Amino acid sequence: MASTFSRVLTGRRTAMLLASLGTGALATGYLMSDINYAGAIERRKLYPPSADFPDLRKHNNCMATNLTPAIYSRLRDKVTPNNWTLDQCIQTGVDNPGHPFIKTVGMVAGDEESYEIFADIFDPVIKERHNGYDPRSMKHHTDLDSSKITHGQFDERYVLSSRVRTGRSIRGLSLPPACSRAERREVEHVAVQALAGLKGDLAGRYYRLGEMTDLEQQRLIDDHFLFDKPVSPLLTCAGMARDWPDARGIWHNFDKTFLIWINEEDHTRVISMEKGGNMKRVFERFCRGLKEVENLIHERGWEFMWNEHLGYILTCPSNLGTGLRAGVHVKIPNLSKDPRLSKILDNLRLQKRGTGGVDTAAVGDTFDISNLDRIGRSEVELVQLVIDGVNYLIECEKRLEKGQDIKVPPPISQFRK
Amino acid sequence: MPFGNTHNNFKLKFSAEDEYPDLSQHNNHMAKALTLDIYKKLRDKQTPSGFTLDDVIQTGVDNPGHPFIMTVGCVAGDEETYEVFKDLLDPVIQDRHGGYKPTDKHKTDLNFENLKGGDDLDPKYVLSSRVRTGRSIIGYTLPPHCSRGERRAIEKMSIEALNSLDGEFKGKYYPLKDMSDKEQQQLIDDHFLFDKPISPLLLASGMARDWPDARGIWHNHNKTFLVWVNEEDHLRVIAMEKGGNMKEVFRRFCVGLQKIEAVFKKHKHGFMWNEHLGYVLTCPSNLGTGLRGGVHVKLPNLSKHAKFEEVLNRLRLQKRGTGGVDTAAEGGVFDISNADRLGFSEVEQVQMVVDGVKLMIEMEKKLEKGGSIDDMVPAQK
Repeated sequence: MASTFSRVLTGRRTAMLLASLGTGALATGYLMSDINYAGAIERRKLYPPSADFPDLRKHNNCMATNLTPAIYSRLRDKVTPNNWTLDQCIQTGVDNPGHPFIKTVGMVAGDEESYEIFADIFDPVIKERHNGYDPRSMKHHTDLDSSKITHGQFDERYVLSSRVRTGRSIRGLSLPPACSRAERREVEHVAVQALAGLKGDLAGRYYRLGEMTDLEQQRLIDDHFLFDKPVSPLLTCAGMARDWPDARGIWHNFDKTFLIWINEEDHTRVISMEKGGNMKRVFERFCRGLKEVENLIHERGWEFMWNEHLGYILTCPSNLGTGLRAGVHVKIPNLSKDPRLSKILDNLRLQKRGTGGVDTAAVGDTFDISNLDRIGRSEVELVQLVIDGVNYLIECEKRLEKGQDIKVPPPISQFRK
Repeated sequence: MPFGNTHNNFKLKFSAEDEYPDLSQHNNHMAKALTLDIYKKLRDKQTPSGFTLDDVIQTGVDNPGHPFIMTVGCVAGDEETYEVFKDLLDPVIQDRHGGYKPTDKHKTDLNFENLKGGDDLDPKYVLSSRVRTGRSIIGYTLPPHCSRGERRAIEKMSIEALNSLDGEFKGKYYPLKDMSDKEQQQLIDDHFLFDKPISPLLLASGMARDWPDARGIWHNHNKTFLVWVNEEDHLRVIAMEKGGNMKEVFRRFCVGLQKIEAVFKKHKHGFMWNEHLGYVLTCPSNLGTGLRGGVHVKLPNLSKHAKFEEVLNRLRLQKRGTGGVDTAAEGGVFDISNADRLGFSEVEQVQMVVDGVKLMIEMEKKLEKGGSIDDMVPAQK
């Protein structure tokens, strides 16, 4: 299947060439289907943007808060070079009004250019979601030098496991909401080919979702590695579950400490994890693995989507910048009952989740604690922030155990000074 | 996506082999019919509104199906879909509708006086009677494809048409998004309310987009005639009542439908129909009459009999649970309706239901008394 594609598209240079050809082919396509295109123009005249503006009165998501009829009117008829439109970006937010207590993002990108062509809506959404980060004027700093990390070993009487994840998109290919089957298969091919070049403690193997044996599947579930077809309407309405499980899979190293998801919500999700509290080692492996994968795809002429305002480009605007979530599963029975916990977490710029991940409940007194922010601080800064924050929480827990009082720490600033 | 699918032209950069879906695990009519050659032939085509082959088949790609239940696996985005993608849809239609050929003609007959009997189904067995169909409005794209502007225009026109009805048909429209809790509860209790679809078969086709914008329910004050607006089709028209007077239900159905059609025609927006496919609807399984006429009937003995399925098949009837498609029967009560949609007229289909249910009640009575039904099994209709 992918073989024909590979012959044609052997590297990024060819992809860029084809992308520019694509514009030409698009123009030809229009001319060839003259009648159809004329029909499309007629239909657009019949329905001005005001007739199509979504009813967002019951909605509580970042897209709904920021999308005005004027912005919609300006952007409705634009397309990205991959022919992705505004309606397709916002469909998930229209279909999922959200909850009064939880504000979701409500829109996705179909390709790298979405963030540019639809900047009039993406920029305010990004600003709101990332607490004031303004892509127009601010720059995001990338730093994957794990040697800078200090105090990265937690007290293992409290920290059960440590994990760092991020995502990476392959420049030149559309993102999961928009990609065609051929593009998705190409993402799989590029990623798997690169991963096959990893050596030493990073050497591993790929398991394609649709071809797994029952035994392999059970093992991956037991290891907490397996991802399944999304059920969340936030994701399915964005179109990223199309053609499931075609070209989806999981790669992991033999040590089971470095794991890549292929073609789930992003092209790739990269995860480094281990039991216990050695966050420094987890992050070191994370950075090393990422850099080696990047080198391997460079060899074949591919690169990751990145720019100096948005950092790493991913499907959901909430994951821009570092796309990084560094966290631990930590036992804090006393602190979890303390009413000051939320404020402490807020000031430390941390977030709590249940042990099943986002939108799950905590089991017992074990919480998933991770960084709140994604953009405006580098990877090193965010991981250090998690380390310092979790150490503080453990100190609080120890004090409460002894019957001593705890203090709410002063708030950490939003972005690097 | 509405107004032209330029994304499809972009996909043409990739070879047909690279875009062709993996249907190796699939069991639906689309997967059976879609060869690589047909995919190659149709992938660069679009209907005038921009609906493409990938749009047609996405629901079938995303839902491999079940070894025992054969779903259709494709939908139409507009009237022209059935023409532009004939090479795929003709074999699907032929397979789904018992050998219906591309050259066959379909007969429409909504003259309720042609129905014989139907007013004497034993109410000790038949709990309720119902007839439903769908209608699509010419000039608008179908639910998988329509834009919000179009969907709202359909709603507006439908409300106007329905509010012009009088006499037994006088009624009121309840838009889904502005319903009060009280109205909602009433509609649930009356078994009228439809909700956002959860079936992945429907969701994957794109018809639940923008829910609940421009969706609603209209019913007459008597609660015997009901119209769903913008669910799986532009309109779903339903006549129903408790008891076994299918004749009256069918009369009301035909009269109501014709009144509604007259109003739409006046505005130059009649219903999509042609002499080959009959009434054009979103799912190829509903072409022809789009009619499902049925009863809730108590058949505790017959339903356990070894020949139950065979009897149903021969009568050209189908069983469902009392919750509708893909639900279980409760307490021996089954939903029995016509299996066909295309190739038989409305009158013929309802006649099959009336005659078939009558026979099945006779069988049930015989089994109650401990008798045998072997000599009652009918010939294949």
